[in-house]
Amino acid sequence: MKRRDFVQLAGLGAAGAMTVPSELMGKNVPVEALLDPGVDTAGKKVMADTALNTAKSLSATYADVRLGRYLNQYVFTREDKVQNVVNTESFGMGIRVIANGTWGFASTTDVSSDGIKKATEQAVAIAKANSKIQKEPVKLAPVKGYGEVSWKTPIKKDFKDVPVSEKVDLLLKANAKAMENGANFVNSALFMVNEQKYFASTEGSYIDQDVHRIWPTFGVTAIDREKGKFKSRQALSAPMGMGYEYMDGSASEKMSAPGDIKLYRNSYDMVEDAIMAAQQAKEMLSAKSVEPGKYDLVLEPNHLGLTIHESVGHPLELDRVLGYEANYAGTSFATLDKWKAGDFKYGSDIVNLVADKTQAGSLGAVGYDDEGVACKKWDLVRDGILVNYQAIRDQVHMIDQNESHGCCYSQSWNDVQFQRMPNVSLEPGTEKYSVSDMIKDVEKGIYIAGRGSYSIDQQRYNFQFGGTVFYEIKDGKIGPMLNDVAYQSNTQEFWNSCAKICDKDDYRMFGSFFDGKGQPSQISAVSHGSSTTRFDGVNVINTGRTI
Amino acid sequence: MAIYSKEEAKQILEKALSFSTADTCEINLNGSESGNIRYARNTVSTAGHRSNQNMTVQCSYGKKSGVATIDEFDDASLKKVVKRAEELAKLSPENPEFMEPLSQQEYLDSSTYSASTSKITPEFRAKVAASSIEPAAAKDVTAAGFLNDSAGFAAMMNSKGLFAYNESTSVNFTVTMRSNDGTGSGWVTRDFNDVDKFDAEEASQIAIDKALQSRNAKAIEPGKYTVILEPAASAQLLGNMFGSFNARRADEGRSFMSKEGGGTKLGEKIVDERVNLWSDPQHPDVPSAPWAGDGQARKKMSWLEGGVVKNLFYGRYWAKEKGVDPIPFPSNGIMDGGDASLEDMIKDTKKGILVTRLWYIRTVDPQTLLYTGLTRDGTFFIENGKIKHPVKNFRFNESPIIMLNNLETLGRQVRINGNLIPYMKVRDFTFTSLSDAV
Repeated sequence: MKRRDFVQLAGLGAAGAMTVPSELMGKNVPVEALLDPGVDTAGKKVMADTALNTAKSLSATYADVRLGRYLNQYVFTREDKVQNVVNTESFGMGIRVIANGTWGFASTTDVSSDGIKKATEQAVAIAKANSKIQKEPVKLAPVKGYGEVSWKTPIKKDFKDVPVSEKVDLLLKANAKAMENGANFVNSALFMVNEQKYFASTEGSYIDQDVHRIWPTFGVTAIDREKGKFKSRQALSAPMGMGYEYMDGSASEKMSAPGDIKLYRNSYDMVEDAIMAAQQAKEMLSAKSVEPGKYDLVLEPNHLGLTIHESVGHPLELDRVLGYEANYAGTSFATLDKWKAGDFKYGSDIVNLVADKTQAGSLGAVGYDDEGVACKKWDLVRDGILVNYQAIRDQVHMIDQNESHGCCYSQSWNDVQFQRMPNVSLEPGTEKYSVSDMIKDVEKGIYIAGRGSYSIDQQRYNFQFGGTVFYEIKDGKIGPMLNDVAYQSNTQEFWNSCAKICDKDDYRMFGSFFDGKGQPSQISAVSHGSSTTRFDGVNVINTGRTI
Repeated sequence: MAIYSKEEAKQILEKALSFSTADTCEINLNGSESGNIRYARNTVSTAGHRSNQNMTVQCSYGKKSGVATIDEFDDASLKKVVKRAEELAKLSPENPEFMEPLSQQEYLDSSTYSASTSKITPEFRAKVAASSIEPAAAKDVTAAGFLNDSAGFAAMMNSKGLFAYNESTSVNFTVTMRSNDGTGSGWVTRDFNDVDKFDAEEASQIAIDKALQSRNAKAIEPGKYTVILEPAASAQLLGNMFGSFNARRADEGRSFMSKEGGGTKLGEKIVDERVNLWSDPQHPDVPSAPWAGDGQARKKMSWLEGGVVKNLFYGRYWAKEKGVDPIPFPSNGIMDGGDASLEDMIKDTKKGILVTRLWYIRTVDPQTLLYTGLTRDGTFFIENGKIKHPVKNFRFNESPIIMLNNLETLGRQVRINGNLIPYMKVRDFTFTSLSDAV
């Protein structure tokens, strides 16, 4: 009962406690401290060189340094109350070395010359101690030194320049509108993250990056006290790699969808969504329960993103495939022999899944990864065939490649970096084809929007997904709202049932803000883009129970 | 040095408190030293050591509060952190749910600290890894495991005269063993306050045996089966059920514990009468801190007795609103077991499934506490009192409420993640599909 699964945080509804994962917290600071520019790049370079030179003098064959300043602001409200405004700052240095062919890592908040030297010595000592039981010496793929370079998330409005009162007012307004429209309870939150990261390595790179992310979200609950029933409707926002401009609610980024719902692309109207959520939560209390059976599923991008994440993103992480995550998240069905065969049918011919660390507005976009590799885009599944994995410098040689994919990440200067999922997205269909065209082509189906319950096995075969809202599709027309819907399938079977994908006009991103992996567990944020997609003949179960 | 004695902690807290001029001030002080080792592919992958110390100061003027934290405790730092909390408090909106700090409380004695655990070395951790890797390699099995140990303290003091201190240690171990032909997998978990109770070889051997026994599993039809759930399999479902014992959510009508027409299920029988669930910070097998972070005393508390809901937990604000005594969230869960051994339970089963663990458990419907997830790392078919063969993993969709109503037999208790959970035999457990995962 001690472990609170932080993934529940995303729920914000009846099941989720409103607690911030401890991994995300730094020191509490006054809001003004967020505007402090911190150490300049010349100062950072001096600190980095101290660590790199110390490591070399201790006979390390490689060293990298991450000097991180992480500034976060979170705002939490419920109904008409502000529950908490949290401003945190975390600053320190992580030093990773290779000595005797073995990794060693240490971190410190003491960035004086002596503090850095001491931490570096500790990292080298750990590497040397562990080298005695090391059976697989580290082999790094080559990377060029980039010299002094920088990268910044192309934001239009820095959250740190927006007064807290403006953010609080927006959340309270969304809450009030939800209450006016029939909600009994509403919790809302705004997560804003700024990672200021300086990376340097013995390869000759000095990389300064300024990364921004934002996630507005809420959970609206409607109650029927007489029947003792409650239903929750979560926000249809997506966490984004954007600035506060995401909160503008621009009309040009709104999209109409079946069931008269509104969906959002690169700009979010929280108040409008809260009104819709309250109305839908009430409607859910009396919506009809689904008849179990086979259905053609029409999956909206903000729903399909989570299915992509679990059934494509995770199984194609090379460290999982190789067994490094066996004791926690598990291994993968997408084994090396399947990839080597060159004809493993991951999905139907129209399925093209790409990894991309450069996609604008995405949570995973950076210029360089956390081991100094310039980011890029590459294919994972092309024309339905498995063609590649996600790999970093010390593992990519195991799939006979000599260039890292640039997807190494650490949640903090305090934790060691390792392979993390890049943005993984489904390419849109090439023919002109809209969501209403798709609905017309379905005889017996269900339209699903937004994320819901999700569970998948440790090798990523069998999964079960719920959603936020469900609508019946009958004879080419959208019907009433449904309740108690979840679909169960097998990854390969599911992707091979992919029958049609809408065109690029419908393309948008889903995001996961708190994806967990590793021991001790670390979080990362990642986006998944797609257009609305149809999967034929998927098994739908009814999750309603009477107790 | 991140661990302070009771006297040292008291002195630091008194000093910090002396700098505050706010209406009320409450300070928490924590420190820990922890180490870990991670291994996979029968070799060590990462290892680390972490030292943390932190002070959190909450200052309040009326119902306006500010919080600041710091990790250095010299006079200048203490002054700075208190001043910062006071400044933040003055700028904050009023919190209508603000509760004044508590005055001194009576606390039970604690037995959460073990000197042996606090002395664990990197060499010991490497030896634990070797205790898994060597016997695994000898049996054509691959080990992936994680050991984390920690020693730390928590202390608090406030302007109403409350002082509390507790020292604790913990060691947590898990290992997954996979047969090298890729068809078998076993797992084991152990956790203790006192590392002297931990036997890495014994634990690793269980996981190796399961990996070998679970090779070449056969598929059987999903459906409703009698299951024998090992304690690690039911622990999380029980923990999730326990999350609904929150009085406020129940009163608000948005919990399984809410009643039709209003009110809560307090006093109602919701599961089999053999189910008794309680907490006790002084239980010798699962000792836990005798006070909660806001200074409330934790004591022995019954949650389910004879299948009847005896108590719900009330935060201090909600307790005041409802005119009842506050009840803090407990730090352990203890479910009474029975005399049956696992062998007895298997012997008495005509047809059933033995489940090592359930994994990737997620809420499907909070209304009925319906959860989904999968079996993992050792699932076996039982027929006519004997384990017949390993079976492929299943996905389940089940509610712990239904599970505890379908109780057949209770077995002996095992410590799982700080809780005491019995082996359980349950009829009609709902498996909804098969998984090919090993």
